[in-house]
Amino acid sequence: MNKILQIGWKDLIILFRDKGALLLMLGAPFVLTLGLGLVTGAFSGGSNGLTGIAMVVVNEDSGQLGQALADMFFSPDLEDLLVPQTAVSPQAARQLVDENEVAAAVIVPASFTDSILPDNSGQLGKPVSIEIYANPARPISASVVDSIVQGFVHQVETSMVSVNVAMTQLVMNGRIAPTNADDLMALGQEMGQRFITQDSAAPIIRLERDEAAAEAATNPNYLAFLAPGMAVAFLMYTVALGGRSILAERDSGTLARMLIAPTTTTEVLAGKVLGIYLTGAAQVSVLILASSLLFGLRWGSLPGVILLIATVAAAATGWGLLLASVATRPSQVSSLGTALMLIFGILGGSFAQIPFSGILGQLSKITPNAWAIDGFTTLGQGGTLADIAPALLALVVMALVLFGTAVLIFQRRSGALIAR
Amino acid sequence: MSEPILITKDLKKTYDDFEAVKGISFSVLRGEIFSLLGPNGAGKTTTISMLSCLLTPTSGTAVIDGRNIPQDSLAVRRVIGVVPQEIALYDELTARQNLHFWGQMYNLSGKALKQRTDEVLEQVNLADRANDRVETYSGGMKRRINIAVGLLHKPKLLFMDEPTVGIDPQSRRRILDMVTELRDEGMTVVYTTHYMEEAEELSDRVGIIDHGRLIALGTQNELRQVVGEQETVRLSFGEGHEANGHAELFNDVDCILAATSLDGEIVLSVREAAEALPAIVTRANGAGLPIRAIEIEEPNLEAVFLHLTGRALRN
Repeated sequence: MNKILQIGWKDLIILFRDKGALLLMLGAPFVLTLGLGLVTGAFSGGSNGLTGIAMVVVNEDSGQLGQALADMFFSPDLEDLLVPQTAVSPQAARQLVDENEVAAAVIVPASFTDSILPDNSGQLGKPVSIEIYANPARPISASVVDSIVQGFVHQVETSMVSVNVAMTQLVMNGRIAPTNADDLMALGQEMGQRFITQDSAAPIIRLERDEAAAEAATNPNYLAFLAPGMAVAFLMYTVALGGRSILAERDSGTLARMLIAPTTTTEVLAGKVLGIYLTGAAQVSVLILASSLLFGLRWGSLPGVILLIATVAAAATGWGLLLASVATRPSQVSSLGTALMLIFGILGGSFAQIPFSGILGQLSKITPNAWAIDGFTTLGQGGTLADIAPALLALVVMALVLFGTAVLIFQRRSGALIAR
Repeated sequence: MSEPILITKDLKKTYDDFEAVKGISFSVLRGEIFSLLGPNGAGKTTTISMLSCLLTPTSGTAVIDGRNIPQDSLAVRRVIGVVPQEIALYDELTARQNLHFWGQMYNLSGKALKQRTDEVLEQVNLADRANDRVETYSGGMKRRINIAVGLLHKPKLLFMDEPTVGIDPQSRRRILDMVTELRDEGMTVVYTTHYMEEAEELSDRVGIIDHGRLIALGTQNELRQVVGEQETVRLSFGEGHEANGHAELFNDVDCILAATSLDGEIVLSVREAAEALPAIVTRANGAGLPIRAIEIEEPNLEAVFLHLTGRALRN
């Protein structure tokens, strides 16, 4: 056991002394996370910057003002800024926010128009509020939606007061017969009264801004998706590097020297596997720690994060070992490792959340990336160990299957560790 | 120095259709330096790899310190040390860290490991550079640490596979002196080389290996008797005249037993140099080869190899 630990520890030290490898293991994912975070506006809490803000509107009002507000979100003027959709109910809209699908939900209540415009008898309905249900994970985007609604409200208020004043002036100047204008006068007075008597800062139309529940508040936004995605993607690079080291040690003669020593082949291979595993686990841990300290990301339950790191590093190590078992030269492992990193990164959603279906969807399940990102995202949103149990189990099974396969291949190619 | 520590019998190693070692039998006595001398590709490294339990012999037997290979390989590996031909070290680690790691592979730990690390660093004269990374070392220094690793666990039998390849004369001198010191301390050394001079300087006994066969074995005197009173004549020629391709000119000259070209010279094996020289000079002049120098050597291992194979050792 001591020899296994020594071989593993030696590999860890050697890899962490390789500046080039460190740059790719730690620097690259960090810089990519940082860069993509800046490009996408993740650091400002935006969903996707100041374009394409996803939002949802629910119009329960049957009047013209509610329709005007709803139509405004779909107007050509806002098509670059917003990606609006409608929901059938306020609950459905709030759920979209809770699930981080949209930045905000605008809910227009049923009697909105009636509360602004008088009916034929000149009566106004009870004051109601437009609800803006904001996503705390996307504060900037939610504020943009809020501002748009505020602008609409301001426009309606200005129009209403202007109309009221204008009508009063017309009657006062004898341009309109008072008999015809009684109702309108009443309306104008009513509106004017409201406007005057109320606090000048208080609007005629009320807005209610609400934020999603605390659970969603812990949602670590797009950056929290990017960071584990990049960490796991580059973990594949690291394990490929570890797999490469088996063949590189074979070529440099150090593997043969270990086998000449009173050390069993099993100890040597186990030590090498441990080295790959430790390096991978250390890499992901460093990236997670750094993103917590520098980006303020919340990763959720510490035991869950530790278990997820342990299992994803094991599964990735399995892939690295499999690469080493099928390759004949170190350069082959590097090439295959890079290809695997990119393919798994795309399939597993390390670079973008692409919901694959069919065969691609099934294939994504063989990547450690998909399971790990799912687990990290769940934890970041406040998930528990029980919530990530499927991901943990999948990663452990993946690791066992890959280790077993690699060992079988190594056994078949018995001379692979010493053939020069 | 009479009891053998290593005995091989008809040891063979075959790769598919290629026979790398074609049935080698020899023994190595305790406390001696035994050299396996032969050109590159002769089968020296394959033989060492089998004896150090890295390769499984295709057939034949080998016994080291009373234990069979490969049946008792773990026990054998405890008593042998190996200095491989390639520098099998970790460049990113310091010399001390390398020794520490390899010592642990040989079951050393704690104070014993530290003590042996210090001792071998002194032995290879690199104690002052112990904490520098190996990647900063010269080739000769790396070779010395490579040897130090093989000495860490005080093996009874040390295999050294061409340990002086590609290094400067000063480092080579240090290594050769070290090998002699190890023998003087009681260690048995099996030393492979294609340098005749090294085998002559170091060896108590020499096995000459060529094309996977052991073609001669014995002390240096015994081997020289193989060629009898033969002497070696080396001819070098004037500028612009290559020796290569002209050795066969001398094959039919009386008294010449073998002729080959090596390092820009023609090497002739003759019974009596004084008698043969006039005919040699006449043949060279007749072929338009202006002789610049003639060197006559007493019988040596080069001559033995030339005599046995018809080729120079380093051809």
